[in-house]
Amino acid sequence: MVDVKKRMISNQEWEDIPDEKFKVIGTDDFSGDVIARPKVGYWADAWRRFKENKIALAALCIMVLLLFMVTFGPAISGYNFEQMDTNAINQAPSAEHWFGTDSLGRDLFARVWQAGRVSLAIGIVGAVVASVVGSIYGGIAAYFGGIVDDIMMRIVEILLSIPYLIIVILISVVTDSKSMGTMMLALTLTGWCGIARLVRGQMLQLKSQEFVLAAGALGVSPIKTIMRHMIPNTIGLIIVAITFDIPGYIFSEAFLSYIGLGIQPPNTSWGALASAAQQNFMFYPYQLFFPALMIALTMLSFTLLGDGLRDALDPKLRK
Amino acid sequence: MDPVIEKLQNADNILEVTDLCKFFKAGRKQYLKAVDHVSIAIKRGETLGLVGESGCGKTTCGRTMIKLYEPTSGKVVFDGKDISKLKGKELLAFKKDVQIIFQDPYASLDPRMTIGEIISEGMDVHFRLSEQEKTARVADLLNKVGLTADYANRFAHELSGGQRQRVGIARALAVEPKFIVCDEPISALDVSIQAQVVNLLIKLQKEYGLTYLFISHDLSMVKHISDRVGVMYLGSLVEIANNEKLYDKPIHPYTQALISAIPMADPDAEKSRSRIKLEGEVPSPINPPPGCKFRPRCKYAMDICAKEAPILKEVEPDHFVACHLCDKNCR
Repeated sequence: MVDVKKRMISNQEWEDIPDEKFKVIGTDDFSGDVIARPKVGYWADAWRRFKENKIALAALCIMVLLLFMVTFGPAISGYNFEQMDTNAINQAPSAEHWFGTDSLGRDLFARVWQAGRVSLAIGIVGAVVASVVGSIYGGIAAYFGGIVDDIMMRIVEILLSIPYLIIVILISVVTDSKSMGTMMLALTLTGWCGIARLVRGQMLQLKSQEFVLAAGALGVSPIKTIMRHMIPNTIGLIIVAITFDIPGYIFSEAFLSYIGLGIQPPNTSWGALASAAQQNFMFYPYQLFFPALMIALTMLSFTLLGDGLRDALDPKLRK
Repeated sequence: MDPVIEKLQNADNILEVTDLCKFFKAGRKQYLKAVDHVSIAIKRGETLGLVGESGCGKTTCGRTMIKLYEPTSGKVVFDGKDISKLKGKELLAFKKDVQIIFQDPYASLDPRMTIGEIISEGMDVHFRLSEQEKTARVADLLNKVGLTADYANRFAHELSGGQRQRVGIARALAVEPKFIVCDEPISALDVSIQAQVVNLLIKLQKEYGLTYLFISHDLSMVKHISDRVGVMYLGSLVEIANNEKLYDKPIHPYTQALISAIPMADPDAEKSRSRIKLEGEVPSPINPPPGCKFRPRCKYAMDICAKEAPILKEVEPDHFVACHLCDKNCR
């Protein structure tokens, strides 16, 4: 107690210094601290960072090229992808048939790009549908929390425990068709579960962040909080998940077509092309080479793009 | 009504809290009693310090007072209005009048927004301003907290901890509040920056006539800024008094132990003084001991302490203590 008293006295003395003894010497108004960088928006800034990543930029170029060829490729070749020519069976790549022909004399250049349409469509549509459904589902689960969250997440776990091959076979049996639509349905039926988990986790984390609490304290409405804080802080994650999911869907489609559960002739996909070429692989390896190359290029470019986007969309990684 | 609570509630109080409880569910039929029957009143224009060790419910208490959490029971009256009954426009007006400054300056600013957007967020809700007016106000606020207007275009992660905390203060000030809960605003900063931020808070208080609830576990900083200080232990208020009185003559054994633990600048005094060492750990707030919660660690514990929980009593004018010892010794 004595010590406390003693300290109080010394503090008293300190407080007794009269105001006249103090004078204003000017405040540090940080005027030496001039910021040269102009105002840059979030997306402009992300694009600037993305451009610095040469690998991701190259991946983007490959992807644009692939999309261009898939759109216009079948027309460039001058051959119909279904048109058979019995005089030109199993030809090697030449000036006439750039990628050669298959066992029925169909032009492989036209077929590869036609197949790309199906493969890319399934990949992109599948990933986008799965992401939208998954984001909404995960968002609802995280927003309401409690028992709603518990029930919704148990459903996801049950769905994830069913092997997707069984689902694909069941759906093709039930709907009695093996079209692109059934493939998409089969792939997206459980495909959204992963993203739902991802979004729920991120939203739950964001919900208790102090800047979200601060928005609540400022009187910002829940909808505006979700629009201004929750979604922008999740969108990067979702975009990256989409770019990583697309090659997954393309690969699943290729796999299913390869084992004969996917796209049926005369329509084709990269997986179906590879499957057909596999029988002649010993003699005509180029028939397998081109579809396999396209699958590999697409998967690689999407994965690298996803990597680049993940870095670009996080302002904390700015150099 | 309880005469003590009545005494606490004067007309010039900006905020009155009566028997506030906030329990969190911690498993089946178990509750974590973060805030357990706290009654407190904050006078207009004063700074009330709230101290206590980690996990004693200071932050929860502050957040429940400004309706960030819904109280389990009890009443919070701000400016004569019961905040649990506020709706629509009145609720919005309340949100404008009370603000909070958070502990962690790294988590309290949205990483996707520029400083300008962060500060103007509250303005968008409460005022109708054109873009130019908004920019001008943001620049003005940034200058007020000691930053230049250029910072408006930066992202939070480009700033240091002290600068971020200044932005947090500017965001709170943007809606022209009357009452600010400073939730450990300095504990994440290093010592030289702590002083800057505290002095900034004092300056702003004088300028705008603000009322602060200053939550901290840094006792010397609380002494520097507060007019009155409340001490919390395991969700309950154990002592509340004037700044000088509490530091000079603490009555509750827990407060005495806390005060004796403040480091001193004078090495001789530091060496010679005796510290009160508390034995044992803080009991779990899920299953607090019956009677006085401090009893297991209190060297003056008596029989009555195990049976009855002490209630806050006015021992001296404006000095409230919740301890059975006072019934015997102080009267």
